[in-house]
Amino acid sequence: MVQNRPFFAVLVHLTLILGVLVVALPIYVTFIASTQDPSDVLKAPIPMTMGDRLVENYAGVLGKGSVNASSGPVAPMMLNSLIMALGIAIGKIAISLLSAFAIVYFRFPGRMLAFWTIFITLMLPVEVRILPTYEVMATLGLLNSYTGLIVPLIASATATFLFRQFFMTVPDELVEAARVDAAGPLRFFWDILLPLSRTNIAALFVILFIYGWNQYLWPLLITTDQSMYTIVMAIQRMVVAADNEPEWHFITAVAILALIPPVVVVVLMQRLFVKGLVETEK
Amino acid sequence: MEKRVVFRHRWLPYALLAPQLAITLVFFIWPAAQALWQSMLVQDAFGLSVRFVWFDNFTYLFSNREYLHSIRVTAIFSLGVALLGLVVALLLAAMADHAIRGAVVYKTLLIWPYAVAPAIAGVLWLFLFNPSVGIVAWWLQGIGIDWNHKISGNQAMLLVIIAAAWKQVSYNFLFFLAGMQAIPKSLIEAAAIDCAGPAKRFFTIIFPLLSPTTFFLIVVNIVYAFFDTFGIIHAVTRGGPAQATNIMVYKVFSDGFIGLNLGSSAAQSAVLMAIVITLTVIQFRFVERRVQYG
Repeated sequence: MVQNRPFFAVLVHLTLILGVLVVALPIYVTFIASTQDPSDVLKAPIPMTMGDRLVENYAGVLGKGSVNASSGPVAPMMLNSLIMALGIAIGKIAISLLSAFAIVYFRFPGRMLAFWTIFITLMLPVEVRILPTYEVMATLGLLNSYTGLIVPLIASATATFLFRQFFMTVPDELVEAARVDAAGPLRFFWDILLPLSRTNIAALFVILFIYGWNQYLWPLLITTDQSMYTIVMAIQRMVVAADNEPEWHFITAVAILALIPPVVVVVLMQRLFVKGLVETEK
Repeated sequence: MEKRVVFRHRWLPYALLAPQLAITLVFFIWPAAQALWQSMLVQDAFGLSVRFVWFDNFTYLFSNREYLHSIRVTAIFSLGVALLGLVVALLLAAMADHAIRGAVVYKTLLIWPYAVAPAIAGVLWLFLFNPSVGIVAWWLQGIGIDWNHKISGNQAMLLVIIAAAWKQVSYNFLFFLAGMQAIPKSLIEAAAIDCAGPAKRFFTIIFPLLSPTTFFLIVVNIVYAFFDTFGIIHAVTRGGPAQATNIMVYKVFSDGFIGLNLGSSAAQSAVLMAIVITLTVIQFRFVERRVQYG
């Protein structure tokens, strides 16, 4: 602070605390509800302190599914989400590293064409090509499969540009030294470029893990088999079922389980997360 | 900018690019081209024959009251999300910029909603505002407001705007804070010596200097409200009640996937494509270079 104004300092902290409370309110209330006895959640207002059914509720959600059978157990869905998130993050990073390497370190006919083809994917989110993409998936027999959940999402313009940007800052002397020592392009890529890109890869991984875990429309389109549901897309079915016979203690527990992994990643890897967020927007 | 020193190899660069390009062609370019092609076709009621009709689907779309309504709803929704998300984030960032002690703690406590999926954010707020069990709905009833977003279109709109903006505040906050911390302290100190109080300093120095960040965030927030909020609408209101929250991205899904109206859905896809291309061009042409990152 430039000046010492005690009253203003109090106002600053009050506003920030209020902001934090409003931001946290939905999570707090949801978590409280998820620890209650089913009948307590149905009475308005719901209790504002923790119930005694934390372990029972969560064990039921993970292992057995809901009582009125609107949903199966959630543990396999979390596993699907994890596989999808890891697959997307690792896949995107791998193919983006390779294409950025090709575009930066080689001169070949069609280089600019390749660059622009990759760039165009930025302008074609799933939302603008829903039906034809679904047809392609159906033709290739990729519905209800991990390949179908992961592979179509791993093309990435942002990740390719990020690595391209970074490779441009790597000193040319390293390439010259590698060539003097008779190292080929792949050796250079593996032994020099990859180790140098470690921080960038880690930052990007954090962002892409969240991106993959939070996918909604894509799994909604291509999974019809309950064993392939991801937790984020499955919650919507439970909400719809809740209109008939509310099982809010169940839904709230699922919501908490669905948001814990990405939130933990952000909080624990805050530095990498902020770096990744800022860099992918460049 | 180009590399001075490169490798030479006949086929290796193509092999390196192959996975990325194959996925792009099969899952992006081909379906997008299909959508454009289908947007000029009409299928008969039994799906037996198709007819090429040029731009009839578009003419129909823009004279269709439901679609025009959806455009209006989308405009209100995205302006609401951008405005609410930006104002709250700006206020919090301005405050966090002043808080020397605890700034890091506040930052940690404010950024995590970014990690929550839009659909989950929707469910959290849906639970809070649920007319029969929600705590906020109960508070509102206490002050005489009858909350039922399943009946009132305006309340449904407000609910999805709040849920969408809640998630975006953390993102905006990070960029605003980084922008503010990049402003030279000497400017602020000079203003303080000239007796400008915190509010005056904010409006005459900090906010104008933040304008590149603000502009960048407006574009990003509108893109977010247009394309990333499908989950919120689908999980919370399903476009209802009476189409009050039927934003364009949701409509293209429900018309194509549930209503199975191929031509109309494809034409809607083409319109969305035009929008996303415009927004991307704006973002790259006018925003990229002038934004200062922290």
